[in-house]
Amino acid sequence: MSDRFTPAAQILKDHNYDSAKLIPILQKVQDAYHFLPEDVMRFIANELGISPAKVFGVATFFAHFAITPKGKHIIRVCNGTACHVKGSAAIIDTVKKKLKLKDGQETTEDLLFTLECVSCLGACGLAPVMVVDDVVHGQVTPAKAEEFIDEVIKAEAK
Amino acid sequence: MATQDIEKIAKDFNEAYKNIKKRIVICGGTGCIAGGSLDVYKAFQTEMEKRGIACSVEVTKGCRENYLSLSGCRGFCAQGPLVSVGDIFYTKVKVADVAEIIEKTLLKGEVIDRLLYHNPANDQKSKTVADIPFYAKQQRILLADCGRINPEDINEYIAHGGYAQAKRIYLEMTPEQVCKEMIKSGLRGRGGGGFPTGKKWEFARIEPEGKKYVICNADEGDPGAFMDRSVMEGNPNAVLEGMMIAAHAIGADEGYIYVRMEYPLAIKRIRKAIEEAEALGILGENVFGSGKNFKINVMEGAGAFVCGEETALIASVEGKRGMPKVKPPFPAHSGLFGKPTVINNVETLATVAKIFEMGPENFAKIGPATSPGTKTFAVTGHIANTGLVEVPMGTTLRQVINDVAGGTTDSDGTVNPEAFKAAQIGGPSGGCLTKEHFDVPLDFDSLKSAGAMIGSGGLVVMNQKTCMVNVARFFLEFTKRESCGKCVPCREGTDQMLSLLTDICEGRGTLKTLETLEDLAKAVQKASLCALGKTAPNPVLSTLKYFKDEYLAHVVEKRCPAGVCKALASYAIDPAKCKGCGMCKRACPVQAISGNVGKPHVIDPKKCIKCGSCKSTCKFGAVKVGA
Repeated sequence: MSDRFTPAAQILKDHNYDSAKLIPILQKVQDAYHFLPEDVMRFIANELGISPAKVFGVATFFAHFAITPKGKHIIRVCNGTACHVKGSAAIIDTVKKKLKLKDGQETTEDLLFTLECVSCLGACGLAPVMVVDDVVHGQVTPAKAEEFIDEVIKAEAK
Repeated sequence: MATQDIEKIAKDFNEAYKNIKKRIVICGGTGCIAGGSLDVYKAFQTEMEKRGIACSVEVTKGCRENYLSLSGCRGFCAQGPLVSVGDIFYTKVKVADVAEIIEKTLLKGEVIDRLLYHNPANDQKSKTVADIPFYAKQQRILLADCGRINPEDINEYIAHGGYAQAKRIYLEMTPEQVCKEMIKSGLRGRGGGGFPTGKKWEFARIEPEGKKYVICNADEGDPGAFMDRSVMEGNPNAVLEGMMIAAHAIGADEGYIYVRMEYPLAIKRIRKAIEEAEALGILGENVFGSGKNFKINVMEGAGAFVCGEETALIASVEGKRGMPKVKPPFPAHSGLFGKPTVINNVETLATVAKIFEMGPENFAKIGPATSPGTKTFAVTGHIANTGLVEVPMGTTLRQVINDVAGGTTDSDGTVNPEAFKAAQIGGPSGGCLTKEHFDVPLDFDSLKSAGAMIGSGGLVVMNQKTCMVNVARFFLEFTKRESCGKCVPCREGTDQMLSLLTDICEGRGTLKTLETLEDLAKAVQKASLCALGKTAPNPVLSTLKYFKDEYLAHVVEKRCPAGVCKALASYAIDPAKCKGCGMCKRACPVQAISGNVGKPHVIDPKKCIKCGSCKSTCKFGAVKVGA
């Protein structure tokens, strides 16, 4: 077994090779590899004795799983109902423009940013909400959204 | 491990608590944390240390006279971070305010006027929670302890009577009695369906003995709803106690809490509560010496709205794609791993111990006879007091919006009851309510006859600046994305409804489009497999019913009355405001703007592609978007 699969092997062991725990296993694997690489998913299927199709099926069903690499910084803009009526669409547009993301593209070419539009973060009282690397910002305006991104870019340049 | 004596824990806690003269509570709900409440908490710690003020951060024997703790969500999210010192209640507290609060309020008992809640409706300030109409007009049973107790201290929950009902039930009541009492209380599931909880338990109870499960559905996916998150963050032990009682009622020894991963704080607090309960022997083997075992696992959802549907949730706990199954068999008969399973949502389970505490008869007296009890609503959108409210079932929309939540607001935030246009209740599965529904009681049956549903309790208030066609489209975008794809009516139907709605919003709609949309919506409602598909057309049908004029304006006049749909908007320059700087002319990608420097410019509507560049460029607010 190559070193590449060592973290996955450990995770499988921690979960007693129980295929009912496939979702928690994939969550941990994604934490370790930052996304779900195809070869790792095949490895998991093999170890659990289930078909790779079943693993891919679960991995592609749930929004949280990524089968392509994600950016270093994750920006999540909430587009729940409360955020939507308070103007989240304008924020999403601004971020897309700022990061030069095309329609359907989530991650920037340089793998620095990933933009995720999420359905509801449950912080509706602060709508519209934007999360930059797990820090929640409330009552965001398009101008503020640009500032948050600039801050990250600035910190990266150092 | 043998269960520790909870009466002794309560006594010791209350004894120690007597040392405390002043308690400072900082709201530690997701909303307030986003507003910086953890920094405020730290600032209090540092500042008191600096001044040598005796302060404890936990209640233990010999604790000091000041007690600093976080609380769960207090519901008044738009006013956060919230801080209370004794009875005095401060809003929008910043780190910079902390020294002054310690100096004046903690040490001298003085009130700092500027931090009090200011009611814009009557220009009055409120000193305590009881003075604030937002709280005074609620009836908080489920949320009574949220914001009062420290959610990360199981002892405080016990001191407030926690786990006493679970203990009594495990030691003194038979499963049959528990189910009977629950049926008597009339509690109906708070997750949306409104099925009587006691009956659900009874169905699982009468299944032959053997492995059974209790699942807490905490996959609160409705955008605009955060009741369950607040309960888990504010009083996680109440959820565990409810699960224990359910487990005893059906004879289960294992439970799962399925929480969506978007709620990291709720997950953390639930895990901590489980650890503490296990350490005290409340959860685990031989619960309260009854000889029964009960273990709770936490599972984090991986982001699928459909997993709020019980059979889909079960599939996902089993490690499969979260797709719903045809019912029957119902989970009570064949659920998780094919075993009898009871699934209740967070709010339902957190209410259980309260029902036994007050007596099922008394619970049944609250609200209407067919939907007893209280209900929490997450009131958001164009509303003065965004937040979480708990009122008796059957309270009218008018009371919730105007009395509790302070009224509808204009887009700039000023209260204007006239601005009310509609309230979307029950998320993407619900419908919209209009002014004519202002006096409809909010309960399961009344809302159903109004073509909406209580859902889990999201209530989004929308003002006149909202386009209802756009709102319907927004919800369809959501359900289309979240449709699991198993059944054709939902998978293809939501996709087609969305493209029809997009046509209408972008000016390609005709009267025929409206007809097709309505027919399709009815078909999807009838033919879909699970509740997601069956209810997905609700936003379309209810907006079509109550806002037909707005749809007609879009398709016949090609006009969006609210000025939201970009493709239907018309742009014009106000000559009185235009300085003739030429910025818009340069920003326009299609050269639709002409004018000389220093003179008002004009937009040629024939060339304009309605991109909005001129409006965002203009520094003088001269570009007007008309309907």
